[in-house]
Amino acid sequence: MKPAAFDYYKPETLDEALSLLDEFGYDAKVLAGGQSLIPMMNMRLARPPVLIDINGVQGMTGIEVGESEIVIGGLTRHYMVEHSPEIQNSCPMLAEGIKLIGHSQIRSRGTIGGSIVHADPTAELPVMLTALGGKVTVVSSGDERELTPEELFLTYMTTTIEPNEIVKSVHFPVIAERTGHAIEEFTLRSGDFAIIIAAASVTLDEEGLIESAALCIGGVDGIPVKLEDVTDELIGEAPSEELFAEKCAQIVDLVDPEKDIHASAEYRKDLCVALSRRVLKKAADRAKQA
Amino acid sequence: MMEKTAESSRLKTITLKVNHKEYTVDVEPRMLLSDVLRDVLRLTGTHVGCEHGVCGACTIMMDERPVRSCLVFGVQADQAEIVTVEGLESENGELHPLQKGFWEKHGLQCGFCTPGMLMTACHLLEHNPDPSREEIREAISGNLCRCTGYQGIVDAVEYAAKEMRERAE
Repeated sequence: MKPAAFDYYKPETLDEALSLLDEFGYDAKVLAGGQSLIPMMNMRLARPPVLIDINGVQGMTGIEVGESEIVIGGLTRHYMVEHSPEIQNSCPMLAEGIKLIGHSQIRSRGTIGGSIVHADPTAELPVMLTALGGKVTVVSSGDERELTPEELFLTYMTTTIEPNEIVKSVHFPVIAERTGHAIEEFTLRSGDFAIIIAAASVTLDEEGLIESAALCIGGVDGIPVKLEDVTDELIGEAPSEELFAEKCAQIVDLVDPEKDIHASAEYRKDLCVALSRRVLKKAADRAKQA
Repeated sequence: MMEKTAESSRLKTITLKVNHKEYTVDVEPRMLLSDVLRDVLRLTGTHVGCEHGVCGACTIMMDERPVRSCLVFGVQADQAEIVTVEGLESENGELHPLQKGFWEKHGLQCGFCTPGMLMTACHLLEHNPDPSREEIREAISGNLCRCTGYQGIVDAVEYAAKEMRERAE
């Protein structure tokens, strides 16, 4: 179980990396943290002829928290976000969700950009990006574009990013006033791939009624699923356990998960309802205290 | 002969600092760091189990972070500071408190997962000198043990934490 041979390039600048991508096209794979790519190569499920290791590229690592937006360099490793006190204040969902990614050994190497382009629908970052309405900046030689999660994620492990593009940065909104975040997942063992993830953000108005809400589920489709049918019905209501229980009951008809060895489709639907109720309640409680 | 030339042209020269000793070696880019440590440097204390990032047996410290050495290519570790299980005992051969703990509290049976367990626990205790049993379990959740049911391992880490706190006083 060893990787097939490949040609290895280690560019020092983003321009150099991008021109290598132009040169090799579909033959090349970008190596960032490698925590998803290298296992696939070890099992020879992936055998890219060319690897472009971008770990030496300057200026793609770091966290900048602005007035309304957090900009995280694509090469920023998970542990850096995990241990950033600024992130805990400016985006509690991100701080909470990043701890759920794999184990500390994985968070040492894995990168924010890498996890997003890998586009595993049960992974934490795609779910959080969708729940919070973040965006991704991708660059190619001479071009740069911004993509919303809806524009980015196509299906399982597939995005609209072209083979000559690299994720330069990932953007999350700073948490708004009177807003609470929550994310929870169900795994067989702490740190394993999640069976179902649910993430919610709830904003209350000055009277304490729900002004806006977002709910996103991972693990039921090829991309994270935003449940606007549920959250639309919450607007103007007073947050309560009964309200969330009533509105989340319809989720069984809104999601269509597959079954596998770990869980039946029905069980996954039950998990969606239970976790959605829980994260909405938690987010609303936190919004009250905010 | 042609083939040999093509193969050797792919070799990359890297310098690794492992357990405070510097090594300069030629490796093929596809060689995993775990194999560079074991087969090239002959530091066989680092174990390879699943080789795709599930079991945690190959955990080492790379630039002060716990890392799975089967999920890093050797070429990526060029210039990195690495500590393997061989680097845990002191220069005069005294066992690290964690190694002592695993001995005292029966934290190892077959011993296969032990190097990875030790390196993961080492990072935990550096950042959290007094972890709860729950925190210990969380920290080692990326390391599989098929023998002990983890009871002895958690005991061993607790033992080492206490020993290290007492030493620090």
